[in-house]
Parts: sequence; C-alpha cells; structure tokens
Amino acid sequence: MCATCGCSGHLPPADGQTENSHSHDHEHPHDHGYPHDHEHSHDHEHRHPHNEAHSHEHSKPPQHSHPAFSHAHSHQTTPTVERVAVEQHLLLENDLLARENRARLSGREVYTINLMSAPGAGKTSLLVRIVKELNLPTAVLEGDQESSLDADRIREVHVPVFQINTGTGCHLDANMVKHGILHLAPGFGSVLFVENVGNLVCPSLFDLGEHLRVVLFSVTEGADKPLKYPHMFRRADMVVFTKLDLLPYVEFDMDKAKTWVSAARPGVAIHETSVRSGAGLNELLSDLRRRFDQFRTEAARFV
Amino acid sequence: MHELALTRKMVQTAVETARGRRVVQVDLQVGELSGVSAEAVEFCFAACTQGTELDGAKLVITRIAGEGRCGACGKVFPVGPFNMVEGCCPGAFVQILRGEELVLSSLVLETP
Repeated sequence: MCATCGCSGHLPPADGQTENSHSHDHEHPHDHGYPHDHEHSHDHEHRHPHNEAHSHEHSKPPQHSHPAFSHAHSHQTTPTVERVAVEQHLLLENDLLARENRARLSGREVYTINLMSAPGAGKTSLLVRIVKELNLPTAVLEGDQESSLDADRIREVHVPVFQINTGTGCHLDANMVKHGILHLAPGFGSVLFVENVGNLVCPSLFDLGEHLRVVLFSVTEGADKPLKYPHMFRRADMVVFTKLDLLPYVEFDMDKAKTWVSAARPGVAIHETSVRSGAGLNELLSDLRRRFDQFRTEAARFV
Repeated sequence: MHELALTRKMVQTAVETARGRRVVQVDLQVGELSGVSAEAVEFCFAACTQGTELDGAKLVITRIAGEGRCGACGKVFPVGPFNMVEGCCPGAFVQILRGEELVLSSLVLETP
C-alpha cells in the first residue's frame, strides 16, 4: 500500500526489493469536486560497502531498509585505476653504483680494468702472466658462477684476490664489485683487474665502475664474433686476441676479425698475444703501464 | 639470463612505486638494441611477480626500433642488431640514436 496516498495500486518488485523510483496514478475525490491525477516520482543514488546492512531515508516516504548483500540497484564493481608515470631505466641503479665505484677507485688512484670474453678465451691465463710481469701493485676481483678455482690460480702468484660467486647470475654488476672493492681494499696507486664471468652477452650491459674495458678474443673462436655480439665489442676500449700460437691449426681470418672489431668500435686498441709463446705480451704490458701512468697524471689534476 | 636480474629490478621498482597498492599493468619499453630479449622478460615476469603487488598484473612491452647515424656521412638510418657494426660507410662508427631503451615507463595502479 502506498504510504503517500493509501492506494494499493502497485506491488513491490518481484525480487522483494522496495523500489526506489516509482510513479503511479490514483484517483480520489477532493472537496473541489472534480477528479484529477497526482503524479510523483523520485530517484536516488547512494554508495556504501557491500558487506554491511544499512538503512536510508528518502525525502518522501516510504521508508525502507536494505538487507546486506541483496541490492537491486547497481554499484560499480570494477576497481578504479590510475596510471602513474615512472620513466626509470632499469639499469639506473647499477649505473649510479658504478659511478660511485669509479669515484671511489679514482680517488685512490686505482686503475680498474674490466676483463671480458667468452668462456675459455684465456682470461685467467693472461691475467696470471700480466700480474706477474706488470711490475705494478695489483689486485684481482674474480667473478665466476661457482668455485674459487680462478682465484686460487691468482693467489699462487701472491696477488691479493677476492672471489665473487654470482651463483645463477651470468655477469658481475656494480653492487657485487662495490662489495669486492670494500673487501679487497686495493692500495693507493695500484691496478685492479676485474675478471668478469665468461660471457659475451650479459656483462656488456653492466658498467662496473672500471676505467678500461678489455675484451679477449681467442683465435679458436669465429672471426665473426663482433658481428654476432656487437654490444660487447661496441663498448670495448681494447681488444686482445689470445692463443695466437694456435693460428696454424685453426681457420681464423685475422684480417676479417680485425676489420669487424674496428667497425664495431673504431679506434679501439688491438693486441695480438699468446701466453704460451709469449707473443705480443710485452706490447700489451707496456700499453697497460702507459695507460696507468696517464690515468694517475689525470687523477692528480683533480686533487 | 641478465633478463632475470633486470626483471627483478623492474618488479622491485614497481613495488616501491606502488606502496602497497595493487598493480594492474606494467608498461615497459624495450629497445631492439638494448641487448635485452623482450620474450625473456615476459618469461621471467610471472615468476618474479608471485606474491607481490604485481601478482596477476599485465605486462605491456613496447618495442622500440633502432635508429642510428653514420659517423662518416651523417645519414640517419634504421639499425637492427645485425647492422649495428657495419653502417652505410665502411669503417664508420654508427651512433645509436634510438633503440637502447630499457625503461619502466608507467604503472597502472588501483586507486586506494
């Protein structure tokens, strides 16, 4: 029964809900003696949590209450979302840490060399020869997924070494090197070699804070490596060919390899070496000493 | 798989940005010359987001084509991973203008 006028002309909706918008006509006599229609309609909006019962009042009767979880009127059920701009390069944190490393190392005049290559190109063998014959104070950070085998080889020649095991990681990052530096504490005016994980892909992306990026390229690999792994060669400062003593036994086009290396990184320093025969080692050692001297001269200018 | 480390970094950055709000969508730009495989990032995404605010979020990767400038003649040309080394002029260094992006550009978050 309509509480407005007492008529029984409308029934509640079939779902048992009191309707919240209705209009109806009814007739009844008035003292002015002629019949006419009254009409009213209203609608309303409300929002509330779904899990609680509630009641509300309309500006006009009837009053009613809604039981929990049984609404006939619609609510917006999809959550509202907003887009938030981030615009952050994923290597930002690594690059900031690398700068911190570089500043720390430069401040102590520690010339830092990042050695990278495919697995088995001869990084550790060359490194053992270099630290023995460089005649400069040196220290070594060794990066490998597992084991301390490489660090043991360096330790045999009485050079301070710290092994970083990356576990499942395929490269060193600036954070690992930061901890390595803090642990190893290379002396003022020394050369720090960082032997990266053997891999021509991942290490190329991660700046460690080094001053020189050296890529080893063994003649047992394909001469087209610079074309296949352009990222690595594009960012190299020096490319050292290794295992030159094996050249007679392998098909390796040195001219093509050098052309492609220079195309990837014009002006890159190139050395051709063999640890076994000793070829090219003196040239490499004197180049490293010259770069170290130049680095210290430049470092002194900023003091 | 440096993509695993980078995806972890992306999830960490997103969680820090979201501050407890649920992340509905992650928008990532991957340049063709970034050295990062978008497919590998997609592969790592589900594993890296488990139990975080990003669980179930949609990853939308926009690939950005490479573009470079020849160091010799100055010509700008499309660069793919296979002609990064040899540009139009022999022996000239190719300066990369676009395509090295690896950027978490935006997040779609539920409003509190």
